[in-house]
Amino acid sequence: MSKLNRNSNGYIFGYAILLTLVCGTLLAFVSEGLKEKQKAAMLVEKQKFILRAGLGSNSLNGMTDPKITELYDQVVKVETINSKGESVEADEAKLSIFKEYKKPAADRILPVYVVGKKDNPSEVESYVLPTYGNGLWDNIWAYVAIDGDAETIEGIVFDHKGETPGLGARITDAEVQERFKGKKLAFEASSINAPDFQKGEGNNFDEEPQKVDGMSGATITGTGVNAMLDAYMTLYQSYLVTKKK
Amino acid sequence: MSTEVIEKVEVKKETEALFSKKRKSLVSNPMDSDNPITIQVLGICSALAVTIALQGTLIMAFAVMFVVMMANVVISALRNTIPNRIRIIVQLVVVATLVATVDQTLRAFAYEQSKALSVFVGLIITNCIVMGRLEAFAMGNKPWDSLLDGFGNSLGYAWIIIAIAFVRELLGAGKLFGFQVLDKAWYTANGFFATPAAACIILGVIIWILRARSGYVED
Repeated sequence: MSKLNRNSNGYIFGYAILLTLVCGTLLAFVSEGLKEKQKAAMLVEKQKFILRAGLGSNSLNGMTDPKITELYDQVVKVETINSKGESVEADEAKLSIFKEYKKPAADRILPVYVVGKKDNPSEVESYVLPTYGNGLWDNIWAYVAIDGDAETIEGIVFDHKGETPGLGARITDAEVQERFKGKKLAFEASSINAPDFQKGEGNNFDEEPQKVDGMSGATITGTGVNAMLDAYMTLYQSYLVTKKK
Repeated sequence: MSTEVIEKVEVKKETEALFSKKRKSLVSNPMDSDNPITIQVLGICSALAVTIALQGTLIMAFAVMFVVMMANVVISALRNTIPNRIRIIVQLVVVATLVATVDQTLRAFAYEQSKALSVFVGLIITNCIVMGRLEAFAMGNKPWDSLLDGFGNSLGYAWIIIAIAFVRELLGAGKLFGFQVLDKAWYTANGFFATPAAACIILGVIIWILRARSGYVED
C-alpha cells in the first residue's frame, strides 16, 4: 500500500462521491447567496415592463434600477380581480400569472396595474393587463396597456421564453410592439376581439384599428400572440366595461 | 502515460521564467496560428448564436474566459489524482460547476443580458474549446501553464466572436453597443445580418483571411 491504486474501483467511487459533494455544496452556496439578488432583478424587470407598456417605450431611457422602482411605487396602483371583474383580496407580490395560467380560466385571479400620469399619479394614464400564452416553442407573455378610455391600446410589451431569434423573438423589438399602439379592442357580447397580427409584413394598417402588420417568418408566434390577447382581454372584459366612459 | 513523461522534463526546468518565451507562446499562438475557432474550428455553435450584438457577445466572451481559465487551473491541479477511467466526467463536473456559477451570477447582476444569452451560457459546458483544452493541455501541464493556455485560447475565441458581432450589429442594426452609429435616414438595417446564417458567412471570411495569411492548409 505504498502507492494508492488510482484505477481501483474503490478509489474511483470515492473520488466521484467526493467530487460530487464538493461541487454540489459549492453550487448550493452560490444559489442561496444569489437568490435575493436574482429575485430583485426579476421584480425590477416586471416593473420595467409595466412602466414601458403604460408610459411609453422610451419612458425609462437612461433611468437606473432604483429610480425605476421609485417611479413604479409613485405611479402604479395594483388591483386584483377575478374573471368576472370583481375585486378580490390577493397578495399581488405572490400572485404569479404563470401559475394562474394553469388554472381554469374562470378561477384565475388577475392583477391589474393602474398606471397614473407621471406628473399627476392620481389621474389614470392606462390600465396595464398582464397576459400569458403559448408561442411556437414555449410560453409567451405580454403587458398590455389600455388607455383610460378602456378601449385603445396605448402600449404593449412582449416577452418570451424561447421563440426563434430573428423571427418569433422579434416580438420583443420595440419596433414590432409599436405596431399595436392606437389599435382598438372590439367589445362583443361575451368576448373581446383584440387586434390581430396579419399575414405578411410591410402592409399599412393605419386605418384599420383591428389589424396589426405581421412578422414574416413568425406566423405561429403571431398566431399565439393573437390567441393570447383574445383570451386574456376577454377575461378582463367585465373589468374594462366598468372603466369605460 | 505521456503525461508523466512531460512532467519529468519540466521538473528539471524549475527555474523557468514566469513569462518565458514558451509561456508567452501559450498565449500568443491561440490568437492566430493555433486559433481555436479559425484553425481548430471549435466552439462554432456559440460563435454563430451569441454574436448578434456586441454587448451580449462581450459578456459571453468573459464568461468563456472565466470558465476555460478556471477549469484549466482546477483540472491541472487535480491532474495527478484524477482516475483515468472517469477523467472526462470529472472534467465535465468541474466545467458544469463553473458554468452554473457564471449563469447564476449573471442572472443576479446582469439579468437582461443573461436573458438575451439564454441557454448559451449553460451551453458553455458543451463548448468544445473548454473540454478540448482540458484534455489536450491541462491534464498534462502545471496550473500556471494551464492558466496561460486557457487565457490564450479563450482570448482567441473572444476576439473572433467580438469581430463577428461588430460586423453583425453594425450592418444588421446600424448600431454598436446599442448606440445608433449608422443614421437611419440613409442606412436601412440589413435583417440578414441579424440571422445566424450571416455569422456563418462572416466567420468563413475571417477563417479565409487568417488562413490565407498564415498559409495554413488542412492535412
